[in-house]
Amino acid sequence: MTITEPKAPGRDDAPGPRTTAPPTWRQRVGRWDVKYSPYVYIAPFFLVFAVVGMFPIIYTAVISLQDWDLVRNTGTYIGFENFTFVLQDREFWLSLRNTFSIFLLSSVPQIIVATFIAAMLDKNIRAKTFWRMGVLLPYVVAPVAVALIFSNMFGDRYGLINSLLNDIGLSSIAWHVDVIPSHVAIATMVNFRWTGYNALILLAAMQAIPRDLYEAAAIDGASNFRRFISVTVPQIRPTMIFVIITSTIGGLQIFDEPRMYDTTGQGGSNNQWETITLYLYNTGWGNFDFGRAAAVAWVLFLIIIAIGMLNFAVTRRLIAGDTAPKVKKVKK
Amino acid sequence: MSLSRRKTSFGIVAGAAAFAIALTGCSSSDSGGGSSAEPSDDGMMSDEPVTLTLATFNQFGYASSSEGGGDYQYDLIAEYQELHPNVTIVYNVADTSNTARENFFTKLGPGGLADIEAIEVDWLPEALQYSDLLADLTDPALADRWLQWKSDAATDKDGRLVGYGTDIGPEAICYNVDAIEAAGMDASPDAMAAAIDGDWANYFALGKEYSDATGKGFYEENAAMLQAMIGQLEAPYEDPATDEIIALSNPEVRDIYDTLTQASADGVSAGLGQWSDDWAAGMANGDFAAMPCPSWMLGVINGNAPEGNWDIANAFPNGGGNWGGSYLTVPDAGANVEAAKELAAWLTAPEQQAKAFANVGAFPSQPEASNSDAVKSATNAFFNDAPTGEIFTERAAAVTVAPYKGPHYFQVSDAMVNALRRVDEGTMNAADSWAQFEADVNAIG
Repeated sequence: MTITEPKAPGRDDAPGPRTTAPPTWRQRVGRWDVKYSPYVYIAPFFLVFAVVGMFPIIYTAVISLQDWDLVRNTGTYIGFENFTFVLQDREFWLSLRNTFSIFLLSSVPQIIVATFIAAMLDKNIRAKTFWRMGVLLPYVVAPVAVALIFSNMFGDRYGLINSLLNDIGLSSIAWHVDVIPSHVAIATMVNFRWTGYNALILLAAMQAIPRDLYEAAAIDGASNFRRFISVTVPQIRPTMIFVIITSTIGGLQIFDEPRMYDTTGQGGSNNQWETITLYLYNTGWGNFDFGRAAAVAWVLFLIIIAIGMLNFAVTRRLIAGDTAPKVKKVKK
Repeated sequence: MSLSRRKTSFGIVAGAAAFAIALTGCSSSDSGGGSSAEPSDDGMMSDEPVTLTLATFNQFGYASSSEGGGDYQYDLIAEYQELHPNVTIVYNVADTSNTARENFFTKLGPGGLADIEAIEVDWLPEALQYSDLLADLTDPALADRWLQWKSDAATDKDGRLVGYGTDIGPEAICYNVDAIEAAGMDASPDAMAAAIDGDWANYFALGKEYSDATGKGFYEENAAMLQAMIGQLEAPYEDPATDEIIALSNPEVRDIYDTLTQASADGVSAGLGQWSDDWAAGMANGDFAAMPCPSWMLGVINGNAPEGNWDIANAFPNGGGNWGGSYLTVPDAGANVEAAKELAAWLTAPEQQAKAFANVGAFPSQPEASNSDAVKSATNAFFNDAPTGEIFTERAAAVTVAPYKGPHYFQVSDAMVNALRRVDEGTMNAADSWAQFEADVNAIG
């Protein structure tokens, strides 16, 4: 591996005489092909993204500075008034609190459990495909259907869970009234849907780990748990970062579950479970204030970027640990 | 690092972009709403082939095939096409009113709506803000077709009628016979009607009597009563002249709030949020005894409490009340405005609305239809063969006021519903919740 380091700079120091001859047309085309083709191949994606991604982002920024009328497609410029309003709105801060609370309650257990399930599926078990497809099943179910099933479980008076609690002599939990229980209920729906999906991604990473690493560890006398901590976890690090970042982005945008959590879909009488995307939706479609909604969208955008960066830095450091240099070399 | 910063931030950008799309994606579509057909407007009763699009939601009772395949007696769409061989109708039905609402307002400006669009009374105030984008449907020949308050509500400030009324929801009181009897009250429809007949104070006293006797709530939740009580005020939340929000200074609103929160303290409200699973279960389990009951609610009760023993009292506190109902509008940008007007007028004619009533029980907003034998003779087996046709015709006649609903009506209303629910749920006391309501209302605008 160490040989690769000096290789790069020495490459163009080819013997002098060869460089003096001008390259032929074929050679030049060949070089262009090597140099530019990759860009041409990925260009369609970026062109599409510019249209359906960049344009809306910029357009939203334009709208966020106006008192916007969706129907007439016109607005009057009002500067940063929408942003000032949003940042001073009690509802905004409540929804931010709810978003983070639900995000933490869903992403953290989700990733831990997903890693555990993946490790189990990575063992030599019977009917592998059956189990692997099984964990993906919740992902296939439409979120709206999931919400319907869970709303039956989390009913305040006649819900399945409260009936069970009452049966064993405990008092009911006010799922739709108290803040934390409502967050737990919504996080449960999210976890139900995404845990299996993340487990499969992590499983793919685990299967790519060379088996001789485990053998070597076993010979050194490492226990099952030790092998998991010292071999599996470091080896799936890049995938782990990917899973954490995607679930962060998803977690900050939770919408379907809180919207379907009760029948009004507004996040509770006291904004108990109104997430920031729900706030965005209510501002736009509920209050018909699309200028403010655009401002919320931009604030959310900036928050996600900030959290994403933070997340990236933290996870890189956390998971890197002592094995970092080794992994770096392998990657190169 | 294989997972470079570039890739990461790209994912973030893409994720957030999805939201931006939701906000703006549809706003830049084609501006010529009617690019599909040639300009054939001028030929009033021409025989030129024309294709009309009609868009509704839920079940208007027009044609079974497009509305979920229920057991309908009549197919009004086929009937019209038979009468007008040159007309082809494309009938689209949205699954919920909310889907239809988003579609309506997204396309109203840039174009792309159907030739006839149904709107619900809940978003009529928003639609009236853009009444200039809707065709003027005023027709002296049809002036007396609808109940006065029904067509008044769809008339804009310039006096243009922009929607033809389809159905209404005149309210009676439905009650659980077993629950009322358990409280030692006479549960015959006549006795109940006599007990309910009166003002709101009388109704809440009746409720308290029931709750004291049984220890259960009398009605479902305060928000349901709010709808009924606010519906009897001329101008509850906004000044009709200026659209200024008067909800906080209107003593009538404060009165209603105080009455309801007091009832909540007395245990008269069962605190079951309307349309929730608990509400549906409570209906079957007898958690509350009575509910305001527009004609379309009968099917809901039957569906939620199929084993129940329910009946209808031909009475409503403090007069009449209406809950729900819809209109047909013709967007002005459409290619076939005249032909669409003709179809809308035909669909909302008394004969057709009586058939829609036979199909799905949509109670007609046209007195001639509601007074017809077909409607009047209707009974409902689930409600002990109550003469529903007769009851709701009388209930419709009792409605005299349609509250003024300006551009902020539903924001204020939502804030009020939340304020009442906070008290019902016990998350806040009445005074704090009102203070929160004040803050919410002041944030509107």
